Amino acid sequence: MDQVLAVLVGCFMAVGIYLLLSRSVIRMLLGLVVFGNGVNLLIFTAGRLTRAAAPIIPAGLAQAEGPMANPLPQALILTAIVIGFAMFSFLLVLAYRAYQSLDADDTDTMRVAEPVDAPNPPLSY
Amino acid sequence: MIESVTAAGDWVLVLPLALCLLGAALALILRRDRALVLVMSLLVIAAVIACEVVLLLRVYEAGPLSMTMGKWLPPFGISFTADLFGAGFSLTAAVVTLLVLVYYEGDRGSGLDVNFHAMVLLLLAGVTGSFLTGDLFNLYVWFEVMLIASFGLLVLGGRPLQLDAAVKYGFLNFLATSFFLLALGLLYGSLGTLNMADIMRVAPQANMAAMGGIAAILLLAFGMKAAVFPLNGWLPASYHAPPPAISALFAGLLTKVGVFALLKSMVVLLPASRDLLEPVLVALAMATLLIAPLGAIAETNLRRAIGFLLIGGVGAVLVGIALPSLDGVSGAGLYIFHAMLSMTALYLVAGLIERATGATDTRAMGGLYAASAPLSILFFVLILAVAGVPPLLGFWPKLLLLQASLGQGGWSGGLLAGALVVNAVLTLIAGSRLWAHIFWRAAPDGAAPAVVGSVAVWTGYGATALLVLLIVAAGLWPNALFEILAKGAPDLLDPSRYVTAVGLAGGVP
Repeated sequence: MDQVLAVLVGCFMAVGIYLLLSRSVIRMLLGLVVFGNGVNLLIFTAGRLTRAAAPIIPAGLAQAEGPMANPLPQALILTAIVIGFAMFSFLLVLAYRAYQSLDADDTDTMRVAEPVDAPNPPLSY
Repeated sequence: MIESVTAAGDWVLVLPLALCLLGAALALILRRDRALVLVMSLLVIAAVIACEVVLLLRVYEAGPLSMTMGKWLPPFGISFTADLFGAGFSLTAAVVTLLVLVYYEGDRGSGLDVNFHAMVLLLLAGVTGSFLTGDLFNLYVWFEVMLIASFGLLVLGGRPLQLDAAVKYGFLNFLATSFFLLALGLLYGSLGTLNMADIMRVAPQANMAAMGGIAAILLLAFGMKAAVFPLNGWLPASYHAPPPAISALFAGLLTKVGVFALLKSMVVLLPASRDLLEPVLVALAMATLLIAPLGAIAETNLRRAIGFLLIGGVGAVLVGIALPSLDGVSGAGLYIFHAMLSMTALYLVAGLIERATGATDTRAMGGLYAASAPLSILFFVLILAVAGVPPLLGFWPKLLLLQASLGQGGWSGGLLAGALVVNAVLTLIAGSRLWAHIFWRAAPDGAAPAVVGSVAVWTGYGATALLVLLIVAAGLWPNALFEILAKGAPDLLDPSRYVTAVGLAGGVP
């Protein structure tokens, strides 16, 4: 199962990076989401896959008997999903605002902060 | 299980964070009364500074201090661990933030700034957390806290220029933290732990190839955060867009956190993998040192030019990471301290210049010396400090780094020493060119006459002058800094005291 998930993680990242290389802001945003989900899946896979018991320790014991699933990756992924979703929603609104006021969703035409045809620096001094 | 309650004195470690987060929440609640929010934020930051002074003294006396959350023993519970470097940087960050808040009062103009103070406090919480945390996943969370606060500050006011800058800043920084998370997942998969002290303990026994790959991804992620040369594109594209006080805050805090995380992960956490990556680090340090000031020479927008000088400083810290001797690590640490103060001050002065001339481009400036000699002196002193002219603060870290690179002996040490010297000369050329264009030459035809000194900007002048005074004083009396370095740097090279403080001393299981 690990191998299948590893290949899937690779696919997610390849698709994410391919989309990030695009010039359209919305495609880049989707790329970031796919990439982020690839990372989440990677943490899930790296945290030991098992179909053993649920990670609940019976009352009165300090540790479980026998193998059990690893609960930590789920906590990590949950945090990462929440943070990733917050970032995604911010960037989505930002992209929309930028589209409204710059009239561009293509990064080649977003040049307000870095003008392309600026004159050369002065030669005095 | 941890059964005993943490001693009252140890709370000083998490109190700065709790205060910042509570302050941010209060600022949101009280947002209708701007004056009250301002006073509350200043008080909160003053309390944070007080806590961090106590923390610094304590760590200086007794070595690293650790606290673990929620009854779980260290490798499982989330630890906060302050070493001397982390405590010192978080103190500096709080001082810088306090001065920037004071400056902002004189400079804010009539712009819309609802929730400014809440976001600044959140940013400070993220920065302080990144400096004090002892857990890598927790570091990721603080990075994101810092990032979302900086997004908010960057678009505050919503001018098209800021939106454009925020798109580039947002995408590249979010990508960098995704790469960081990727490295975390791999590290957890191969070591089974994310506690920094535990990683220091078990990493030497782990698979060398896997650790090398993880270190390379961490270098990519933190390199992007720190604006190391080929990954620096977002910095000059975004730092000139928000109001000057916010640029100054970013310049003082954000890239420094990235470069400190790089120092910590390379030198302390994965030293064997750092040795593997050393040629890459040397090449990156040299490229950043040489190319960044050339960018500053070619740039005419004042704050964009300063952005390139800032990137050059990151190159100097990389020299320390590429040469992790005692001198190298001390030099890197002192350089981060110096850059936090000097870069903030430089952006603050740039804000005063922009306000006086009404322009952002140096081509439209000139003759400001006649209007304000003090402003020209502040700018000139800062240029000398950034270039590393003695006896200002910038000289000492460069001296340590030069000693480290010449003491190392090999070809890479010689190359790095050369790059450091050339960087200083190029920075001096770029800075004095800016100074000559803004202050010395006659004002260009048609430029608006400079207006300096309305009552409202006096807080701006005061905060900037205080920061410059701090830089000059620290340069003239650096002994206290050197004593802190002499105690703090060995802990980075030999983390046994750090591991003991977390409570993980003893053999590898």
